[in-house]
Amino acid sequence: MKFTHKLGAIIWKDFISEIRTKEMILSMCLFSFLVLVIFNFAFGSSANLDRKMIAGILWVAFVFSGLTGFGRSFSMERDLGTLQGLILCPISPWTIFLAKLIGVFLFTTVMEIITLFIFTILYNATVLPFIVPLGLIAFLGTMGFTAIGTLFSAISATARARNVILPILFFPISVPVIVASVKATEIILNGKSLQMVFPWLKILVAFDLIFLLVSYLTFEYILEE
Amino acid sequence: MKYAQTLLIPFQLLTFVMMLLALYTIFIYAPVEKTMGVIQKIFYIHVPTAFLAYMAFFITFIASILYLYRKDSIWDTVAHCAVETGVIFCTIVLITGSIWAKPIWNVWWTWDPRLTTTLILWFTYVAYLMLGRVVKENQRANLAAVFGIIGFINVPITFFSIRLWRTIHPVVITGSGFNMSWPMKFSLIITLIAFCFLFFSMLISKIRLERLKKCVEEIKEIMETGI
Repeated sequence: MKFTHKLGAIIWKDFISEIRTKEMILSMCLFSFLVLVIFNFAFGSSANLDRKMIAGILWVAFVFSGLTGFGRSFSMERDLGTLQGLILCPISPWTIFLAKLIGVFLFTTVMEIITLFIFTILYNATVLPFIVPLGLIAFLGTMGFTAIGTLFSAISATARARNVILPILFFPISVPVIVASVKATEIILNGKSLQMVFPWLKILVAFDLIFLLVSYLTFEYILEE
Repeated sequence: MKYAQTLLIPFQLLTFVMMLLALYTIFIYAPVEKTMGVIQKIFYIHVPTAFLAYMAFFITFIASILYLYRKDSIWDTVAHCAVETGVIFCTIVLITGSIWAKPIWNVWWTWDPRLTTTLILWFTYVAYLMLGRVVKENQRANLAAVFGIIGFINVPITFFSIRLWRTIHPVVITGSGFNMSWPMKFSLIITLIAFCFLFFSMLISKIRLERLKKCVEEIKEIMETGI
């Protein structure tokens, strides 16, 4: 079997089980919807919100809902007793990680698209003219936080109180991604050109590459018993 | 091992003497700074502890890599003990920093890159200690080592992202760029050396304690299976 076939097989397995249960995607979307509504209560109506806050609200919804999603990617396997089977497969740990990451990334992206749609309605924001740069920022930001999220999901999968330990591990490390994504989104929503966000995009790209490399080097140790 | 143990006692005595000397230089020898007054003396505790907190986490980083590479449990113990000592020093840095900031900057806290990075660092390594408590024992060392590596790699990225964030929004308070006189520099060097002694003395004692704990565990196991 070629690398892409192995990769595809795991992604397809996750996709099928998700289609059948719809647990992850439904809970993520519902959660992000709730986050948007709660922020509306906390900060008042959308009329007096400035763009700075809007970018923050959007990313808090993305990251918090993403966290509820990728937390399940490895713990689900463990609960069903299939984690051992996955480890015993004749594939490299890196393939398992990459397949899980792609799965989580796709589900999170679907959630983000739905969230953005609800967001434009609830907050009366215009995002359509900026959709290309926003898409780029969302792609890089989501790649960054899902990469470390998937890694920490594997770390906390076998832990006691894993629902508590995952956010505690995840948030300190995700600070650069959140800062860069929020600032870049804010600049774009203010109608500035893409040139203005280059420094932030550089940080996002650097973060993504560094943590993909670190995952590549360390993931086999996480699965080891 | 025996040789190292006999050296430990003089080392700790020397640490005690150095700390007394540090207290003398801070409170009696070092001159009172002109603009900040007596509060500036907290500088002699703040700077060495900050340096050692960062060094502790660097030791963890190196020990974690060595553990994954060599699979020798001593490196796991070193990494864990360095985090415990580092978190203590990091807490001291954050507290002394706040006490110093209040009269000088008129705020307890400001979101300056150095302060924010140190706070994130503190969160990261408290998470490291929590992780060690909740995972299974046969996986603990591996998972802790991976997190120890990730935590340290994240430091420069966090620093640069927050610095960029702050250069777009003007910084209200810039770093204190005062020129130090010779007695001040000398006091700083003395306190830095003394705190280094304190740090290594704490680290070595902690490592020794952990190893003794392991010995006791092994002896207990042997006794249980023997009877």
